[in-house]
Amino acid sequence: MTLTVTDLSITRGGIPVLEGLSFSLKAGKALILRGPNGIGKTTLLRTLAGLQPPLEGKIEGAEDRIAYASHSDGLKPTLTVTENLTFWASVFGTNGIQTALDTFDLNELADRHSGNLSAGQKRRLGLARMLVTGRPIWMLDEPTVSLDKNAVQMFADAVRAHLGQGGSALIATHIDLGLDGEVLDVGPNKARPKPIDDFDGGFL
Amino acid sequence: MIALLLRDLKLAFRAGGGFGLGLAFFLIVTVMIPFAVGPQSSLLSTIAPGVLWLGALLACLLSLDRLLALDWEDGSLDLLATAPLPLESVVTIKALAHWLTTGLPLVLAAPFFGVLLNLPVPGFFWLVISLLIGTPAMSVIGTFGAALTVGLKRGGLLLSLLVLPLYVPTLIFGAEVARRGATGMEVQTPLLMLAGITAATIALLPFASATVLRINLR
Amino acid sequence: MSIAAKANALWEYANPRKFLATSERVLPFFWIVSITCIVVGLVWGFFFTPDDYKQGSTVKIIYLHVPAALMAINCWLMMLATSLVWLVRRHHVSALAARAAAPIGIVMTLIALLTGAIWGQPMWGTWWAWDPRLTSFLILFLFYLGYVALWEAIEDPDTAADLTSVLCLVGSVFAILSRYAVNFWNQGLHQGASVMRAGAVTGADTEEKVSNIFFYPLLICIIGFVLLFIALVLYRTGTEIRARRIKALLARERVGG
Repeated sequence: MTLTVTDLSITRGGIPVLEGLSFSLKAGKALILRGPNGIGKTTLLRTLAGLQPPLEGKIEGAEDRIAYASHSDGLKPTLTVTENLTFWASVFGTNGIQTALDTFDLNELADRHSGNLSAGQKRRLGLARMLVTGRPIWMLDEPTVSLDKNAVQMFADAVRAHLGQGGSALIATHIDLGLDGEVLDVGPNKARPKPIDDFDGGFL
Repeated sequence: MIALLLRDLKLAFRAGGGFGLGLAFFLIVTVMIPFAVGPQSSLLSTIAPGVLWLGALLACLLSLDRLLALDWEDGSLDLLATAPLPLESVVTIKALAHWLTTGLPLVLAAPFFGVLLNLPVPGFFWLVISLLIGTPAMSVIGTFGAALTVGLKRGGLLLSLLVLPLYVPTLIFGAEVARRGATGMEVQTPLLMLAGITAATIALLPFASATVLRINLR
Repeated sequence: MSIAAKANALWEYANPRKFLATSERVLPFFWIVSITCIVVGLVWGFFFTPDDYKQGSTVKIIYLHVPAALMAINCWLMMLATSLVWLVRRHHVSALAARAAAPIGIVMTLIALLTGAIWGQPMWGTWWAWDPRLTSFLILFLFYLGYVALWEAIEDPDTAADLTSVLCLVGSVFAILSRYAVNFWNQGLHQGASVMRAGAVTGADTEEKVSNIFFYPLLICIIGFVLLFIALVLYRTGTEIRARRIKALLARERVGG
């Protein structure tokens, strides 16, 4: 099933940031989200993930199909790597964290408390969480922060494998991951302030 | 749902989880009271039910700001909100975990602290019963307060300001049960009211908590 | 005009510009009439009514105490109504009116508490007693404080409006519960609310009635307080709307308009 976004406008703190956004994300494809800092990429991902309501427009095919990874990984420092993953697996009603451990080369770290991991290792664990959700659409917000070259390759491979199984991914990133898919530059969709006349109606 | 509960319990018991914080606070309050009001056992046994209830309430309040804030800071709440679990269940589980790690230990410890304050013998039973019925309401109401203030820096004081007036009915009826029990009066009316408040808050307040949490996550 | 059309006409005032224009037109009327009422009521009450046979001249503080207490409660009811309107229809004026009303409610509650203490001192021999009514007002005061503090603490205005509205709804339920609990907890010294009962007006029922001679100036004071409250809410809502507009204009500039 395809994720279709039609004429979407989104707000951050009550102020429109992006408007007139339309795109679709087909199964097996990746979409790379580009645009300058502060344009609203994170807001867009949060809106698509259902964390905040859009101002206008339609989002189809997103319900309960999105695995969202924000800047923070939602890891508990006093739980081990395995415990962290097992928790998310049972929240999403899936089993088998082994694939996730294998994919991100976490087997050796499996019994370490995640608080003792390096930033890059934590990031890998955070991304491994995407695998255990079992959801078809991945939404990743700057996933490669603090990853080294090897880990980036590992991540790109994981996304490729996910796409190969019919999943899809929407990734906000500035580096080239070499994935099969298009680039969506949201720069031109920057919301223009409304004319001052209907200002009262719009903002108040 | 069980997974979330188990995780929260595990987190509370492990290092830095804050388990026992409320209990320690409860102990300190109880020990300090006689120093403040004097050692006369007749005075202490008069105020014991109320002091123990207030101590339990404040100990509960103390741990509220960690209830959702930690999950907020590390992004777990975002992820939970996109998970198949409804937020209503999430806040209920959170409240349950809070009760198991804070409320229940207070209930179990209260009789021992009652000894320190010369609580009259018939009072022990009713103190435990009233706390057992009343503390779940405090956890649920506290979760609502925590959900209201979760996004705020330094929300701790505001949380207390918001939650304390909401605690008034529970405190009044709960302490009344303990007080009447200690003096051998009939306790039925306040006990029923206390149970009613607890039942109603458990049934209804999670919807309000989930609503405000959803608003805060936007 | 049909009821539906009337209702629609009412919603038009949810438009900030329309609200500002209308409130500016009616405000002078409210200011003048309310202040006249309060002055007339107070002067009549203080100088042209006899002392109470039991309470002496101290009874005259009733002309401040009762209207303030009434407005303290009605202000919360108004906030409850406007919060509901905001949650259901999402009219910004409604949310801002609730925000504007809260500090007025705090002041009214404080006036009621202070005049109550001043009245209570000679009557009951104490400035403060944990009487159910006094206690309820103290709790109401705490609710107001929490409500205002929550508004102040949240930066995003829509989020603040949403959260305070839910707090107002939940708080209302708990306030009623507290009122009941406090009544149960202490039967109290305070006389019953004797003003609004028909029997009290005609002087037919109990000893603690407010007799006719005190009632008319009191009624005028109450009317004055109601109108003053409306004037203050309209005025402060206007201020809130302008502040909000400035904020929005600044944000618009930042975004790069």
